[in-house]
Amino acid sequence: MSLYILCFILFLLGFYCLLVKQNLIKKIIGFGIMEYAINLFFILLGYRWEGEAPILDKHQVIVNFVDPLPQAMILTSIVIGLGVTALMVAIVIRIYEKHKSFDINEIRKLRG
Amino acid sequence: MVVFFVVIPLLAAFLIPLVSKMREGSARVLAVLSGSLLLLLSIAGIFMIKNGSIVYSLGGWRPPFGICMVLDGLSVLFLLVINLIGFIALLYSWDYIKRYSSQGLYYTLFCLMLAGLNGVAVSGDLFNLYVFLEITSIASYALVAFGTQAEELEAAFKYMVLGSVASAFILLAIGILFGSVSTLNMADIARSLAGSESRKLILFCLGLFTMGFSLKAGLVPFHTWLPDAHPAAPAPVSAMLSGVVIKVIGIYALIRLVFNIFIFTPAISQIFIWMGIISMSVGVLLAIGQWDFKRLLAYHSISQIGYVIFGIGLGTPLGIIGGLFHLFNHSVFKSLLFLNAGSLEYATGTRKLQEINGSGRAMPFTSVSSLVASLSIAGVPPLCGFWSKLIIIIAAFQAGNIIGGITCILVGMVTLASFLKVQKYAFSKQAGDIVSKIKEVPLTMAAAMSVLALFCVLIGLFFVPFLDQLIRPATNVLLEGANYVNLILGG
Repeated sequence: MSLYILCFILFLLGFYCLLVKQNLIKKIIGFGIMEYAINLFFILLGYRWEGEAPILDKHQVIVNFVDPLPQAMILTSIVIGLGVTALMVAIVIRIYEKHKSFDINEIRKLRG
Repeated sequence: MVVFFVVIPLLAAFLIPLVSKMREGSARVLAVLSGSLLLLLSIAGIFMIKNGSIVYSLGGWRPPFGICMVLDGLSVLFLLVINLIGFIALLYSWDYIKRYSSQGLYYTLFCLMLAGLNGVAVSGDLFNLYVFLEITSIASYALVAFGTQAEELEAAFKYMVLGSVASAFILLAIGILFGSVSTLNMADIARSLAGSESRKLILFCLGLFTMGFSLKAGLVPFHTWLPDAHPAAPAPVSAMLSGVVIKVIGIYALIRLVFNIFIFTPAISQIFIWMGIISMSVGVLLAIGQWDFKRLLAYHSISQIGYVIFGIGLGTPLGIIGGLFHLFNHSVFKSLLFLNAGSLEYATGTRKLQEINGSGRAMPFTSVSSLVASLSIAGVPPLCGFWSKLIIIIAAFQAGNIIGGITCILVGMVTLASFLKVQKYAFSKQAGDIVSKIKEVPLTMAAAMSVLALFCVLIGLFFVPFLDQLIRPATNVLLEGANYVNLILGG
């Protein structure tokens, strides 16, 4: 249980960083931490203490398998995270070209 | 059959960059071709589900083990919304997008967005839904930034950060749900939850889902990205974002989860109703003072989405019918208004209402279609917006929700005032300096706008058969939430 709570704290740390930091690059790093906390959470869901790799073999006696489904999902999720991060960095580079700054206070024009 | 809704746009998105290397103009032909195929397919879908819903198992793996795709009344309604507006927007892009460089990339992203939206609408698997949702989101972030001016980039970054937070919350909720029921098939989750005891965990999941999807839908406490992101995109993309994207990855996903997986409790109903009322009022009050045409429309989107979620939140059959009907109507007239704004910008080069000044004479198609759309959104009798608002208001009073009903009426009046302002400044005022130089937009753009204006009038005139054919099956899916399990897992 404490592992899950630690994982959730990591998630909140990333969320805090994303919301509060003024620097665009730090925001991206915060997003990365959030993403990784969720990935870690999924892997923990499938983990069994002293479990074996989920490979079915003829002579193997199945006692304690690690759940392979979260691992497969996390592969997908990592790829999605990569795509989002790449797009974020690309947009931030273009913003830097326009404003010569990463500070959000110097960039802000739009008010929602 | 069902899988083609995803395969066609994905294939188009793959082919477009290849062929546009050889010939620049072929990209748009391919995109419009796939758009029209999808439109035909989704019209065929209405008739295919007459004899019962269709479940397609990918790779032949039976649910709950494999991923399945489901075509039922609700999916068909949303597929029609997506592919109708998608096709019109592609048609409109034919000439409009010439102003930007790298057309091939634009059409690729557009087709990816269509693939993601269709996937969300047909998916029967929770993680699969998340993947399609992310495809849609990433494509729309990129499309918002497509102009690469300072404002567009900033809006796109804001949209991306908030959108990614929403996705992260949704993924976290999926993880918690998976941890407690060990399955991802939506019907199987519903079956497991019906017999489970851990109410607190379910409530926590539901809270995360509501927050995530409301952020994607732009409901009021989470709306701040919307008025920046929607005006920044090119006009056809704004039409897609406001007309389709916020509804499919926000409202559709939320109501599918709440009605078919979880149980629609009075507490959830209250949350939806109050979010609806607040969105309606705040959106319209913020819209009054706007002078940027597209920004004004974006604020009205928040307000109209409030109507939809309010109607559905009432939970009565009439309320859900009204909500879904208004959702369809809103996608038609709001897309049309965004296309009108795009035409004005195309002809005059500005979006400021004071500078456009009376272009009604010079642009007959734009001015007439925008008049129809404005009257629709304001709820003037023979047009489509009137009937859906009327149904929602009647449903509110029937359910005993006096505050909601009165708010609906007042917001409708303020909307009318706001659009009278648009009509006065943009079209009917004495002609200004710009007007002598402008011309009507090219034929495809005018055709796209005329078709949507025709839809506004026709749905308004023949709303009874429309309700019977499309909205009622969708409403039944939501009302008989438990049937979803029987449909997919087979009794």
